[in-house]
Formats: sequence, C-alpha cells, structure tokens
Amino acid sequence: MAELRKEDEAVDATPNVTEVETVEAATETAAVAAIEAPVERGEPILQVRGLVKHFPLTQGILFKKQVGAVKAVDGVSFDLYQGETLGIVGESGCGKSTVAKLLMMLETATAGEIFYKGQDITKLSGRALKAVRRNIQMVFQDPYTSLNPRMTVGDIIGEPFDIHPEVAPKGDRRRKVQELLDVVGLNPEYINRYPHQFSGGQRQRIGIARGLALNPEIIICDEPVSALDVSVQAQVVNLMEKLQDEFNLSYLFIAHDLSIVRHISDRVGVMYLGKMAEIGTDVQIYDHPTHPYTQALLSAVPVPDPEAREGRERIILTGDVPSPANPPSGCRFRTRCWKAQDKCATEVPLLAIPERFQGSDSPAAHESACHFAEEKDVVHAA
Amino acid sequence: MTTIDKKTSATSAPLLEVRDLHVEFHTRDGVAKAINGVSYSVDAGETLAVLGESGSGKSVTAQAIMGILDMPPGRIPKGEILFHGEDMLKMSAEERRKIRGRRIAMIFQDALSALNPVLSVGYQLGEMYRVHLGLSRKEAKARAIELMDRVKIPAAAARVNDYPHQFSGGMRQRIMIAMAMALEPDLIIADEPTTALDVTVQAQVMDLLAELQREENMGLILITHDLGVVADVADKIAVMYAGRIVEQSPIHDLYKRPAHPYTRGLLDSIPRLDQKGQELYAIKGLPPNLMKIPTGCAFNPRCPKATDICRTEVPALVSVTEQDGGELPGRGSACHFWKETIHG
Repeated sequence: MAELRKEDEAVDATPNVTEVETVEAATETAAVAAIEAPVERGEPILQVRGLVKHFPLTQGILFKKQVGAVKAVDGVSFDLYQGETLGIVGESGCGKSTVAKLLMMLETATAGEIFYKGQDITKLSGRALKAVRRNIQMVFQDPYTSLNPRMTVGDIIGEPFDIHPEVAPKGDRRRKVQELLDVVGLNPEYINRYPHQFSGGQRQRIGIARGLALNPEIIICDEPVSALDVSVQAQVVNLMEKLQDEFNLSYLFIAHDLSIVRHISDRVGVMYLGKMAEIGTDVQIYDHPTHPYTQALLSAVPVPDPEAREGRERIILTGDVPSPANPPSGCRFRTRCWKAQDKCATEVPLLAIPERFQGSDSPAAHESACHFAEEKDVVHAA
Repeated sequence: MTTIDKKTSATSAPLLEVRDLHVEFHTRDGVAKAINGVSYSVDAGETLAVLGESGSGKSVTAQAIMGILDMPPGRIPKGEILFHGEDMLKMSAEERRKIRGRRIAMIFQDALSALNPVLSVGYQLGEMYRVHLGLSRKEAKARAIELMDRVKIPAAAARVNDYPHQFSGGMRQRIMIAMAMALEPDLIIADEPTTALDVTVQAQVMDLLAELQREENMGLILITHDLGVVADVADKIAVMYAGRIVEQSPIHDLYKRPAHPYTRGLLDSIPRLDQKGQELYAIKGLPPNLMKIPTGCAFNPRCPKATDICRTEVPALVSVTEQDGGELPGRGSACHFWKETIHG
C-alpha cells in the first residue's frame, strides 16, 4: 500500500495539472445549484485528479483473501474543457474504458477525485449526485448489446425521462422522443420499432439519441464507431460533430482508431497500462510525439498509401502489453521500450513537460511521462 | 488419381482461380444471394487483398474455396474454383479433405473461438501432423515446438502444453498462423487476421505473415476491410460490394485513381489531415439487404453519379484503360461510368 501512496503523491505533484477550484456547498440545494450553473466555453468542466481503480484478485471460497489487484487505472489526471473533445487512445487493457466507467460512476474509484464544476462527484449523494448523473451521459461501443431487444425505440430513448421526469413532463414525452429521433437523423415514425429492425449505424444513432435525451453537458463515448462498417463510421462521426456544435457538448472520445480520434479531437491523451503516457493538442501528439510509446503506436498504424510502404521506418514493438496485475516497476513501458535504461526501472516518470522543452514554444513542449522524452520523425497515417 | 500432386502440377494455370462463382443461402425469409458472379485468381508468392464491408461476400467466397460452407442452407448454383487447374467443386468430399488444411489453409479472425479451449496448443498443432502425416504423438509434439519457434513464440518448448486462454491475443493469432503453416500449404486464406488485435500487435503479426509467405512462396488471400493493412502488404486488390467484385487493380494504381465510385467513397472517407474540422466524406445510405439487392448496379442507391442506366442494367466488370486507350494491366471496374470516375 505504501508504494501505491508514493505513486499517488507523484501524480499530485505533476506541475501541469492546475489546482482545482473546489466549490464548497453547505446544503444539498446549494450543491445542485452549483451543478446546474453554466460553465464558460473553454473553462474546465471536468477535472480528474489521481484517479485509481484496482480490481481485487481473491483466492478461496469461504474465506476470501486478497492476493493482489489488477491495477486497471493507476493515477490518471486530466482536465476536460467545456465544448472541447478530448480523445483518449490506447490499446486494450490500458484502462481507457475503466476511466469511462469511473466517470460515469458505474464503478467506484479506489482513490482519486473527479471534480465536476468544482465538486468532487465521488463524494456526492442524493439529489446532487442525481443532478450530476443527468449531466454526464454515455454512448457505448456495441450498438447490438447496449439496446434492450424487448423495448421499442421510443421506450429506450424515453427511459431516461422516467428517472428524471423534470426534463420532460409525462404528456410531452412522445413528442420529445420524436424530436430526438429527428435530431440524430432517423425517421420520427420509427418510434414503435424494435432495435433488430435497424442496422448497426442506425442503432448507434439510437444510442446517441438516448445519450442526448436529458440535455447533458458531457457525453462519454466509448469506442462509438469501432463496431461499424467503414462507410457508416464517417456518417456517425459527422453526426457527433454536428451535435456537439448544436448542443454545446463536451466529449470524452475513447477509441483505438488513431485517425478518427485525430479528426474529432481538440486534445488527445495516450494511455498505457493504467497511466497517461502523453497528453497534448492533436498537433502536439500526432506531429511532435515525445513519448516512445506514442511514437511506436503512430508508426504501427498502417498507412492507406502503397507508396509509403517502402522507405517508411516502422517501430515494431516486441512482446505484448504486460499484465496490469503485475505491472513493471518504474516506467510501465520500459519492458517494450528501445530506450529503457536503469533509471526507467527504478523511477516512475512524471507526466510533465520534459525539462529540455520547458519554457520553449516548440510543439514538443507538452506533458510526456518519459525520462528520455525527445522528438522522433514518425511517418503515420493519421 | 485425381488429387493434384504438389510437384508435378501444371505450371501454366494460376495457383487458384475462381470463375463466376455464385453462392446463395436459402432461408425461411427467402433466398439471400451472397455471391453473384465472383472471379479472381492468385499466383504462388502473390498476395491478393479482398476488401469489402460486412455482407459484401468476402468471407463467403473464402468459405466456398475452403469447402466449409454450410450446405444447406448454402448452395453453389454456378461457378468453378480451380486449384492448380482442377475444379474443386467437382471433386469428391474425400479429395477435398486432402486439400483442405494441407494444400489450402485458413486463418480465422477470432483465434480464441477458432482454437479448442480444452486442448493444449501443442496437441492442436500436433494434430495436423498426426492426422495428415500419421506421425506419432511424440514426433508431432516435437514438430509443434518447431512450429511455435518459427512463428516466434518465446519459450516454445515450455509453453507447448499451455492452453489457448493462457496466451495473449497476438500469441494466439501466431498459433493460428503456425497451424495454417504446419503442412506447408500452397495457399493461405487469412480472414481478417488482425482485426481483433491492437495496432502494435497487428504490425507484428502482419510482418510475420508476410515474412513466412516470402520464405515459402505461398499464395495469400487476405480478406479485410482495412485500407491501411491492404496498402501495406497486398500486390493486388479486389473490392467487393453486394456479392460482386466492383473493382480490381494492382495495388499501386488503385489508391491514386480508383475507377469505381464505391472505392472512391471508401478512400475519401478516411480522415485526412487537411480535413480537420470539416465534415468527413460519408457514403450515404446503408449496405444493401442481400434478400433484395437493388436492380441494376447494386451500389446505385448510394452512388452520387447514378443515372437511369445504373438502375436498370447490371454493369459488367470491364477492363480499365488509360485515357488514350493505353492498357492498364490487371485493372477492371464494374461501373457504367468508370471512365469519368478514373479520369474525371
């Protein structure tokens, strides 16, 4: 446990992460009022500090004892600004979906804080929590399993109103659902159809309509287009961009497709094995990556141009991602890194602007969790 | 003996040639026409990429070649599949069984469900040698370890008795490749071999597959929906839509100037740098229902260039030429307006 705390402190000391202006609400009503207050465009709306989620590994049936933990998320901090799209990329098992679940409070965090408009939502309860839940909605990856096959589209999109009746009064719901169908580009007359009567792309639109139903401020999209056909992906991405402008939404866009993330995101965070490896604007991450993992990830993406086949230096990583139950000491990427030295095994690199770039205007001056951060020319598709 | 002998087979015929293949599925709701006249060929040492979305018939074609279509409900009303010049559709089940796995092998997308979870990987790899070559268990296991070494699985001898769930996704896919390679086939069909893998692992697996193919001079049919993967490894490409090949081309020419609006649409919908903040190009509408494929060109309801002729006449796959009539070997397009599309 002591070791864990040390790492947490390390995360807290990260210089890039600004102090959170917390809002102290004495009463529940005051808390709700703070949650409903509007946030200026470009101001932070969601601030995550030192978020940790460990899933315990137990042994024994009657007398369970904990033998370890899967460190799915291990000290992640970032800000989401009002009206922006923050893309999170990483390979399977890096903890990006767990972050989404923690923000949705579908999982309880082991440690760390999530501030929504200055209030730590992990400590809220009652009406205040309900108000937060209304404002943070989610669109899921698989449109085939995330819609109940026994409910009509009208019931699926209207279900959020059962829990938050103040958004749409009873008599008004049908009209409201039809409006939502229209907004996401589906025929409002489809309200009585069942999910199986729709294609994958249409189902994802239904999932988006459900996410929009309560007029949220933040939508967390967990791989929203990866289950769709190539020709349909572009349609859904366009829809999501249109809705963002129309409803002034902030997106946390989790995906593994680097070119789509670049297209939609203002800023991008790269995760590896439960930690943020690098975070910055799309230009900083894609054109001036300084973390070796980001460089390898970018260079591994196949370029849809046969001319680039020759002469392109690809960084092929050896081996697989280590188990999050037993992550390497020090830097988590060191087992696959070509730059790794003794220091990497002993010292956890902080997510910070690398010393050599501090005070510089170069786009390489962004937060990167590497002891030997430097730029490298990478030819990539995105 | 009609079974083709590996060494003496005719050298003039392509390794594999599919001619005007049709496949349909008879279901309760009607007949789904999955493949409507597909022709392509692969030579030894060559990589053919078959590109298409779900429902385009790319996997069904592969299953027909392997002879693993469920029949019924599947039916092959028409067509030929020539392997070294001999039509496999006319062979007996016994003859096809000798080809399957031994001469033509397949790699599936999802290695976890393609491997048997209750048998060790060593046993499953060795099975190839025991069944096809009649080796003893001990010999088969030794060969299995060699194979695992060949596909670069670390500590092969120690891991030969492990079960599929003990391997990572990338390692499992390597085992699938090892299994396909086991009997040194002439042709490998890889159906979305890296779709379930992460990008860094995808790069490793594709590299391995390309390397083994070079060493053994095998033919490779790579079925995928990823234009990036295709550009990296393929020699030529066939684009499928609604059970037909709509465009075929050597790899270099296609990306520069597609000759079919569907291919163009796919290429245009890849997000590009200079399009940031703008709308992505999107092909409107949805892939067709195979029970009621649109009349005329199947792509016409989604095509920006469709005219009346597209709605009535099915375009044939014709050769594509330069503007001055110069030949473009290997290029073909099934569009009434291919000239406008490629030169326009």
